[in-house]
Amino acid sequence: MSTLNTLIQGVLLGGLYALYAVGLALIFGVMRLVNLAHGDFIVLGAFVMLGLGMAIGVPAPVALVIALPFMFALGWGLQRLVLNRTLENDLLVPLLVTFGLSIIIQNGLLQIFSADSRRLTLGALETASYSFGGVSVGVVPLLTFVVAVAVVAGLSFLFYRTSLGRTLRATSDSLPVVELMGVDPRKVFATAMGISFLVITVSAFFMGVRANFDPSAGPSRLLYAFEAVVIGGLGSFWGTLAGGIILGIAQAVGGSISPAYQQLAGHLVFLAVILFRPRGLLPKAG
Amino acid sequence: MTALLETCGLDVFYGDFQALFGVDVAAEEGETVAIIGANGAGKSSFMAALSGLTHSRAEQILLEGSPVGGMTAFDMVKRGISLVPEGRRLFPSLSVEENLLMGAHGRTTDRGWSLDAVYALFPVLKERRHQPAPSLSGGQQQMVAIGRALMANPRVLLCDEISLGLAPPVIRDVYAALGEVRRRATTVIIVEQDLGAALKASDRIYCFMEGRVCLSGKPSDLSRDAIRRAYFGG
Amino acid sequence: MAAFASSTATRTSRAALVASLVVVVLLAVAPRFLPRSATQDMLQVFLLVAMAQCWNLLAGYAGLISVGQQTFVGLGGYGLFAGAITLGLDPLLSVALAAVVVTALAFPIGALVLRMQGAYFAVATWVVAEVFRILLAQWMALGGGTGMSLPGSAITNQTAVHWVSDAFEVRAAAAREIIIYWIALTATVGVIAAIYWLLRSRLGLALSAIRDGEVAAGSVGVDIWRNKLIVYAIAACGTTLAGALYFLSNGHISPDAAFSVLDWTAYIIFIVVIGGIGTIEGPLLGAVIFVVLRSTLSGYGPWYLILIGALGTAVMLAAPKGFWGTFSQRTGVQLFPTRRRLAAILPTPIEAEARHADP
Repeated sequence: MSTLNTLIQGVLLGGLYALYAVGLALIFGVMRLVNLAHGDFIVLGAFVMLGLGMAIGVPAPVALVIALPFMFALGWGLQRLVLNRTLENDLLVPLLVTFGLSIIIQNGLLQIFSADSRRLTLGALETASYSFGGVSVGVVPLLTFVVAVAVVAGLSFLFYRTSLGRTLRATSDSLPVVELMGVDPRKVFATAMGISFLVITVSAFFMGVRANFDPSAGPSRLLYAFEAVVIGGLGSFWGTLAGGIILGIAQAVGGSISPAYQQLAGHLVFLAVILFRPRGLLPKAG
Repeated sequence: MTALLETCGLDVFYGDFQALFGVDVAAEEGETVAIIGANGAGKSSFMAALSGLTHSRAEQILLEGSPVGGMTAFDMVKRGISLVPEGRRLFPSLSVEENLLMGAHGRTTDRGWSLDAVYALFPVLKERRHQPAPSLSGGQQQMVAIGRALMANPRVLLCDEISLGLAPPVIRDVYAALGEVRRRATTVIIVEQDLGAALKASDRIYCFMEGRVCLSGKPSDLSRDAIRRAYFGG
Repeated sequence: MAAFASSTATRTSRAALVASLVVVVLLAVAPRFLPRSATQDMLQVFLLVAMAQCWNLLAGYAGLISVGQQTFVGLGGYGLFAGAITLGLDPLLSVALAAVVVTALAFPIGALVLRMQGAYFAVATWVVAEVFRILLAQWMALGGGTGMSLPGSAITNQTAVHWVSDAFEVRAAAAREIIIYWIALTATVGVIAAIYWLLRSRLGLALSAIRDGEVAAGSVGVDIWRNKLIVYAIAACGTTLAGALYFLSNGHISPDAAFSVLDWTAYIIFIVVIGGIGTIEGPLLGAVIFVVLRSTLSGYGPWYLILIGALGTAVMLAAPKGFWGTFSQRTGVQLFPTRRRLAAILPTPIEAEARHADP
């Protein structure tokens, strides 16, 4: 049953990676921006919740609820004040600005919180698990996966069944033409970034609850998010979910051989996808 | 009578390249004005300037006497100037109906162009309302583009080369629909390669040559010869 | 029909060349007058400049933003150690061998990552670096995850060591460092000269065309993919060489140090961006600013990095061409010009003959 166990753990891990990934995919889809500080913002979110817990003593789930509007505003403001100015240029400026932000956030967090490893606590829930057929499934990983599916479903609903989503898709299709519709792209981008930050906050919660984190954990989150997006292919959030699951399974399989191979397995699957299917495994047709 | 929309000495630059030199065009309320001219004469640059896609100086474009040049495209739409872009430029990720609904985003007044009104004008679109926009034929896509611009309920409708790539019977249908728009007293400015369609559909024409106006007047007042000479130069 | 002659040289650039030669000579004799720590610092700066010029070649001229150049720094370092320890080669020979082998490796790596565009290319280069970091951490003979030191016998040419030791009146260990310093200086000057020469060649012209407009460049027959791959390999070569020399000088390697994003990508991007991307002069200025900041602020821990990040970000937002680039744009001054100007319209041989044929 060990293979089944590995597979299940991989799928559940994939849920977390999907959460990392959809925030990134959303932004890239709407404004062709790869936010190199994405992982660092996830870590920032976790520290915000940690800080709320330390400052006003609220349990982690409450801290999540409090953090959500704050993080939305942060993303919205970041886009409005800083990143909108980069998008007129070529590729170089947004990439390097977000890279610079990554360095600033990592070291700012280091300065405030020190390099100690941290965790968001959920009390008994952290170690609770269901057992069936010789397989043990943790409550937290299961919950993470369920939330990931819910987030993907929610984003799909937003994008395909609401007027805001229509505007987002139209903006993604053509910037000048959407302006002809009376849409101010700067506001659309800011809203999209705000939504991305909501997803970032949710993924920060589950990251922080599941394992230790510290200020330098950002870059590896970015890589996992990115790999999941590429493996799944651009085009739909469900594809990104699939990408996350495949990455999770790859890592679980690699990790079962040796802990050192966990990350490596994911990287190799990613590189294989680039080599054989650069558009991803489930890209939107056309 | 002051023109509803007029340009005064409009210059359009793309970087260092100047596409329009001091163009004066006026359209009165309810009129249909046609801009004709060979390729590269500056007709599309003119449309880009009027719709706000390219930057102009404020006083170079006047709407009801107020300077509106230099406004962003999304502000121009809200002032009542709506463009049917050359090449249709529908949103490929959106369905027919979603494209039309996007057009309503910029509407600030109600001149009767609702979704139902657009479907009444173009019944074939209603049958295909949920299909993805790229799956329609060229003529149908042109209808979506016009409908989308109308959904903004504009005072001035700009039509850039709406007959491009369409078969003659389809062009007739498109211009028939445009006739309905004109009947509702919307001011229309069209850019047309098809000389015949332009002359039939307009109250006045302007001929552009290398970024300048070389001829203007009512179609009935201008001889075919004069038009041909202006169009081809010499 | 007249023929055209183009040239890149100007009076300023000729003066700059002479000045550069003077600077290089001064740097070469500097160890005679400076303390060992200063010499070591300068050596590191030389290598950073070499790496920065390579990154600049990729980003500023070929439009390829890599955040994975640490791949080649690390492979250069480990190539050196592999050669010196497992093959028992003379360390300098090992450095050269590493440069050759890793540059060959850069072709398949480049072919892989160039399947992606833009930001995707960037992150793919980072993943490649991570793969090598993890793999090399498994190589126990080279220290595994904790790394190892180069045995003290590095620089085995005893004659050279003795000569330097006598001439500069220093001990053998210091003499070794000075030799490595000269090699690093030579390598850096070589890398800069090679890149400068490259940009003035046909390849450089092709790169400018690609950078300005890929579609247009492709339509006039520029083989975009092949040019990018060649540039990728060239940048890899310079970076590998610099990396190998760094770890030769340092004497100790570990996977985290060899493949550090901070040391080999963040600092280098900062140097290029602050100085001026897409110019040869830019990274030189950037390196000077970097060194000044590092020596004044290194005692402040994370604040130093926050400042570096903030300064780099601010420059990208406000003056994307960097300090030198903005200055050069305003004043038109170019010390190492790479663009061609039309210098003369020459008569063809027939016209020249006609002119001389007098009735």
